[in-house]
Amino acid sequence: MSLKCKDVWEHISEYLDQQLTSEVRAEIENHLENCEVCSAILDSTRNVLVLTADDRTYELPVGYSKRLHDRLQKAIHQELDPGKHFRN
Amino acid sequence: MQEDRQHEAELIRRILAGETDMFHELIRPYEKMVYVALFTMLRNETEAEDAAQEALISAFRYLHTFRGDAKFSTWLVTIAMNEGRQRLRRLKRAAEDSLEDAVEEPEGDFTPAFLTDWREIPLEALERKELRQKLREAVDALPKIYREVFVLRDLQEMNQEETAAALGITIAAVKVRLHRARMMLQKALVPYLKGSVPPRKSFFGRLFQ
Repeated sequence: MSLKCKDVWEHISEYLDQQLTSEVRAEIENHLENCEVCSAILDSTRNVLVLTADDRTYELPVGYSKRLHDRLQKAIHQELDPGKHFRN
Repeated sequence: MQEDRQHEAELIRRILAGETDMFHELIRPYEKMVYVALFTMLRNETEAEDAAQEALISAFRYLHTFRGDAKFSTWLVTIAMNEGRQRLRRLKRAAEDSLEDAVEEPEGDFTPAFLTDWREIPLEALERKELRQKLREAVDALPKIYREVFVLRDLQEMNQEETAAALGITIAAVKVRLHRARMMLQKALVPYLKGSVPPRKSFFGRLFQ
């Protein structure tokens, strides 16, 4: 049984996450070899994920880490003891 | 991985025993993750930074409630998301999001964008700043239920089980929402991905434009 394009699209995420059985995977790969549209969709989706995982897509504000640790330091020394609110 | 977990467990034990300054070391690997989770929720740098600070202070305060059965990173993200939700409510932006909140749209167009003249884009194209900006905008524009799952799975690279636990939803829901989120993003980004490949025949034309 050969897959239709629409069936392939429904499996794109699982394909990229390697969650398909080897049978379904083989059917999809067979379809991809013969279908430029689906190959293009797969490539572009994969590119979206590559871009998302790229560290530069979401960057920290300049000075974030220092401000964070300064504030934590203050809070830690005010609290002194994690969990003090919950013990008698 | 296992070593990291052991190291973390040891740090936590020492912090709870009174070496509170070790908390800095404990959270350092996750400070970006917490910020990004909040930035994608709150869509504002200043608000996200403040929320990240508050979330990590809460993590310190409640550290004794952390049970080693969850990953520390999952626990932190859960705290960050709670902080983000409280702020959204305070900012009264909850109203706009809550409409999307409950509905798992059974209908709706979650098919990918068609490409007719696609050539695999060169890796350099992904280097372009503009494309990152477009991706951030497209993630912002996702309905909340899809955005949350996408951020945890594909940005924070949490697994399905961790994502389901952090959001209090089933693994099946994680899968469906992730797939839809990716298809919506693919559709939103395709025009820019495509535009990044100059047609060969106009190569000289472009030079003199």
